[in-house]
Amino acid sequence: MMFNKEKINDLSLDKLQISSSIYRDALIRFKRHKMAMTSLLILGLVILLAMIEPWFSPYAYDYVDWNVAFPSAPSISQGHIFGTDSNGRDLFVRLMMGVRISIIIGLLASMVSLTIGVLWGSISGYLGGKTDLIMMRIIDILYAVPFMFLIIILVVVFGKNIYLIFISIGAISWLTMARIVRGQTISIKNKEYIEAAKSYSLPTHLIISRHVIPNLLSTVIIYLTLTIPQVILVESFISFLGLGVQEPNTSLGVLIAEGSRVIEDYPWMFFAPFVFLATILFCFNFIGDGIRDALDQTNK
Amino acid sequence: MVSYILKRLLIFVPTLFIIITASFFLMRMAPGSPFDGERAISEEIRANILKSYDLDKPMFQQYTNYLFNVIRGDFGPSLKIKDFTVSELIYKSAPTSLTLGFLAMFIAVLLGVFLGSISALHQNSKMDYSIMSFAMVGIVIPNYAIAPILTLIFGIYLAILPVGGWYGVSYMILPTIALSLPYIAYIARITRGSMLDVLSTNFIRTAYAKGLSERKILFKHALKPAILPVVSYLGPSIAGIMTGSVVIESIFDIPGLGRYFIQGSLNRDYPLVMGLVIFYAFIIITMNLIVDILYAYLDPKVKLDK
Repeated sequence: MMFNKEKINDLSLDKLQISSSIYRDALIRFKRHKMAMTSLLILGLVILLAMIEPWFSPYAYDYVDWNVAFPSAPSISQGHIFGTDSNGRDLFVRLMMGVRISIIIGLLASMVSLTIGVLWGSISGYLGGKTDLIMMRIIDILYAVPFMFLIIILVVVFGKNIYLIFISIGAISWLTMARIVRGQTISIKNKEYIEAAKSYSLPTHLIISRHVIPNLLSTVIIYLTLTIPQVILVESFISFLGLGVQEPNTSLGVLIAEGSRVIEDYPWMFFAPFVFLATILFCFNFIGDGIRDALDQTNK
Repeated sequence: MVSYILKRLLIFVPTLFIIITASFFLMRMAPGSPFDGERAISEEIRANILKSYDLDKPMFQQYTNYLFNVIRGDFGPSLKIKDFTVSELIYKSAPTSLTLGFLAMFIAVLLGVFLGSISALHQNSKMDYSIMSFAMVGIVIPNYAIAPILTLIFGIYLAILPVGGWYGVSYMILPTIALSLPYIAYIARITRGSMLDVLSTNFIRTAYAKGLSERKILFKHALKPAILPVVSYLGPSIAGIMTGSVVIESIFDIPGLGRYFIQGSLNRDYPLVMGLVIFYAFIIITMNLIVDILYAYLDPKVKLDK
């Protein structure tokens, strides 16, 4: 590349623009990752299908079709491409609802876990000393708590409320995020730009929010792609036990649980939700791999 | 070493205390009373019932009573399963669940380390790729989704294994496989990674240079350092196996703790759910402690530091 005047101006760019070019490079690398791009495409199509389904589908999710057998096998002529469930409701429509709920829970609970984890980790790592010690000791203790059981207690006590499930899943999955963020914060807190911010006597909360957290972004994104499929799994586990999403609403975990009971006689009721859940989980995993490879330059 | 164990013990006690306290107050915060039935009961009967369940005392006294009872291993009576105390139910069904859990753990470590080592020794071969693809499937797809497929194939199409109950060795095979599958996959992946690191170190090259046989190098020199990351993964995997066993027991109709747990959760049988949570937590935390000590024993660095 020519070393002209424009290029020299480039050197004086502020931090934000340099980092945005890091992300531009990462995007280019991500686009070269075939597996990740294919997964992104498939996942996008599945989500799009689930989102637009209510507009074109002739059935509501709780509509019982009395004209067919309970349950009826997949058939195009009857108008149920995935068949119906044991209550005569169209399985495709219910599947799409399951996908919507699983994805929404995955995203919302991950956001809760992201917020708590990043704040906890960056504060603990940046302040250091006794604060750090106490905050990390709390995480150590919480780590040893079998959380799946505590979620179930919460569900038992407060009833089977879908918002509660979002929050409790999010509230338990921030621990690893906080640890990773803390490690990263410690490694950047002695960098020159933090020193510079301190020399301006910028208040600590502004240093953390404006200078520490933006520079944690790549670590956080990498871990976030791991959190989303995990959260989807937790939700489907709880729903599988009958403690999560309740009738007439549904999620992929509920559909798999229903299907697993009748897998011998009505295999489509199991395999349809199974294929969707597996596809979504595989896609998130491959996309996560792609993002990791794109952002993590230590391997290069 | 001693101070290390003491430090771990210091976390053990508050963790268990937090779990007992949190589950006690959560249960007491629950709206409604377990005795709100269809029929109204007279005040005297109600007072007697409350008294027999120790619910007429102030909250804090109930809490301290419960704490002392739990330490003695008494979780109180079940609300819905008449004539049984929670401890009796746990005592009756724990051996089944623990057998399943330990079998799954054992298989996971054995097969996981075996497959991971093979993968590492034949890096980038067809064998390596097929083992790693299997591991990918095992990690991504939850075991409660794989279990019904296993029952369909082995129990119904091939009809070689029973798919429900718990009466002998043949009944243990499918549940154990279903429960251990994700952990076989994780451990295989971890072992492959650490084995590849170890095989490229100088001391292994020295061992080859000395002319040692491949088997001796593998078992005597490479395996111990390569297995360390697996040991540190055992802690989280124990928690996962105990949790997963709840679902696997319900799929394969195994009379273990999981059945009472699900039943209790759906019926809002508070003492039963609490007792089981505390019991599960106790097992998981104890196993974690043992794993930590094992790690310290195996890892020379930990011993030197402390």
